[in-house]
Amino acid sequence: MGIVNGKNFKGRVSEALKDQELRGNFRKAMDGLMTKRAAQFEDVDEWTRLRALGESIKKRALSKLPELLVQLEENLTKNGIKVHWAENVDQANEIILGILQSHDVKTVVKGKSMVSEEMELNHFLEPHGIKALEADLGEYIVQMAEEMPSHIIMPAIHMNKGQIAKLFEDKLPGTPYTEDAAKLTEIARKELRREFAEAGAGLSGVNFAVAETGTLCLVENEGNGRMVTTVPPVHIAVTGIEKVVENLSDVPALLSLLTRSATGQPITTYFNMISSPRKKGEKDGPEEVHLVLLDNGRSDVYRDAETRDTLQCIRCGACMNHCPVYTRVGGHAYGGVYPGPIGKILTPQLEGLDNYPEHPSASTLCNACVEICPVKIPIAKMLVRLRDENAGNCPHGEHPVKGRGSKSSAVEHASWKGWKAMNANPTTYKVATKAMSKMGNLMPSSLPMLSEWTSVRSKPKFASQTLHDLVKKMDVKDD
Amino acid sequence: MSRTYPDKPQSVYFFGTCLVDLFYPKAGVAGIELIKREGVDVIFPQGQSCCGQPAFNSGHRDEAREVARAQLDLFPKNIPVVLPSGSCAGMMHKHYPELFEGDRDYDKACELASRVFELSDFLLNVLKVSLEDKGDPLKITWHGSCHSQREMGVREQPKELIKQLSNVELVELKREKECCGFGGTFAVRQPEISAAMVSDKVDDAEATGADKLISGDCGCMMNITGHMEHRSSDLSGQHLAEFLWERTNGDR
Ligand code: SF4
Repeated sequence: MGIVNGKNFKGRVSEALKDQELRGNFRKAMDGLMTKRAAQFEDVDEWTRLRALGESIKKRALSKLPELLVQLEENLTKNGIKVHWAENVDQANEIILGILQSHDVKTVVKGKSMVSEEMELNHFLEPHGIKALEADLGEYIVQMAEEMPSHIIMPAIHMNKGQIAKLFEDKLPGTPYTEDAAKLTEIARKELRREFAEAGAGLSGVNFAVAETGTLCLVENEGNGRMVTTVPPVHIAVTGIEKVVENLSDVPALLSLLTRSATGQPITTYFNMISSPRKKGEKDGPEEVHLVLLDNGRSDVYRDAETRDTLQCIRCGACMNHCPVYTRVGGHAYGGVYPGPIGKILTPQLEGLDNYPEHPSASTLCNACVEICPVKIPIAKMLVRLRDENAGNCPHGEHPVKGRGSKSSAVEHASWKGWKAMNANPTTYKVATKAMSKMGNLMPSSLPMLSEWTSVRSKPKFASQTLHDLVKKMDVKDD
Repeated sequence: MSRTYPDKPQSVYFFGTCLVDLFYPKAGVAGIELIKREGVDVIFPQGQSCCGQPAFNSGHRDEAREVARAQLDLFPKNIPVVLPSGSCAGMMHKHYPELFEGDRDYDKACELASRVFELSDFLLNVLKVSLEDKGDPLKITWHGSCHSQREMGVREQPKELIKQLSNVELVELKREKECCGFGGTFAVRQPEISAAMVSDKVDDAEATGADKLISGDCGCMMNITGHMEHRSSDLSGQHLAEFLWERTNGDR
């Protein structure tokens, strides 16, 4: 990844925490999203059943992923959709460039696609004289602000109305300052309409790719998805290989989980099913449809039975909405395309722990994400696994995560060895805790770990007698 | 998350946890007293140390396993093991099976895990205590730890116990479910995020107008009360066991 990276995580966190407006924006937005989602799943039994179903659908699809991908390609091809395989981001970009150049495309209008963010497609196309224009309102706004999306569902959620109004005023000549959301949408729509009509190609993501029928499903709210997939003469869809599902009948449950978890909507305004280019006699639709299937490290994630669960993700974003860390620091702090809990486990797996060393530790393991993930991804368990790997302690030697051991430190290893020596033996434990009860309170607050702790907290006080000691004076047996 | 509760046993094991042992032993004593008052014998194996969670969560599974292994033989009788900490209970109940997967002690670890209970859950659902409040009127608020809530299914139990106290008014936090920012080594690995979280938590607690914040987990306690002291808040914190014992024993 070029412009994005995880290296300066702490620096960005620091900046984000200082920005009170940003913190306010996130808090308000996330509180609202949590409430809306909760209202959708008030019926606990229904939620329990539906998410178990969602999980099983994704698990089944993953269990036969290679076969399903082959089947998907066959059926898409039969339907007249051209399928391309890309092992990495560079290949995917080249494939798309090739398609665009062969049609002499100068402008491509885009629906929301996180995979295209992963590819930094817009930046890649620019020097080739191709303008990629985001058509999703949120994406349009962050593109105008020259930023990355800060959320996978709501890319501009970090901005409030005032900030967006100012942006429109600054960037779109002749636009007066207005905080009226309807007016702002109207302005964006007008700008975009013109581009839709003239664009040589449309690009979109994919929510579910159905192997059985060779159908690409696309969920959206604004109608821009429908525009980019029907108006321009060429439509290119791009997706990670994990988005394939087996049957058409698998879709309704996942769709319901997706929209309700994401925005608290029972259903979205648009649900597009793309099954072929325009056929003879049809009035609209592109003449050519392409699908680019991107791997970019996903098969490595797939190879390990434990990390494979990561690929169950349906990108609903609920985990970030419920994450106390994300709510405080926002999406940009992560420095990757996927922020929040899913980002913390997915990004280091795709891009390497050495590039995202702080991701696994940026969680209290509070499990709020695990509790709401509609497909039951064990995010906390995966974080712990990545911490093991980060420290070079991966017990699953066969399929280590990229960049494993990048945070391995001799001091840390030694202190945990010391901790073990103290706690794995009753005698050493007693000697050590006795000493600590006596002397512990004399430790200066400036000690490495203690100084971080005491920056906002008082120093913990060791009790003069341990529970072990107190219990001996009570009527309590030892065994 | 529901689990089947055993009938009231004649005796139980008590696992004090390392934080209680070193920093909050009074909470441990109170926990034991509360159980004993119900006519149940308490056994406290002196060989116990730590459940292994600090290392487990920090990515040092091997060290965690060896410390956990040292606890496995300390609770041989088929009676409940009660912990005054939802977090450590979660470690033993939920993560021991995972930690010992493929290990020679796997069966032993699973068996022990099945007998582990968090204290408030145990008092309410197994011992079915009814508490008589002997204290003065007091307004408190409750912080439930993430692991208690989400790994042990302990959400309402502590509040049910508090509600039994006739002179205590419980005011709920606005964001009761939200993490306080402790997370073990998280507090030192990501100090700035942790600071923001604990500060918001104390803001929330102060806004309730309560006199005290009660929690069932010493990690959260240390974090939250540590920050209260740091900012010289009027609020104080106390472990649930100590609070319940104090209110119902009448002599403190
Ligand atoms: S990890 Fe779960 S909650 Fe998060 S985006 Fe993916 S499916 Fe949604």
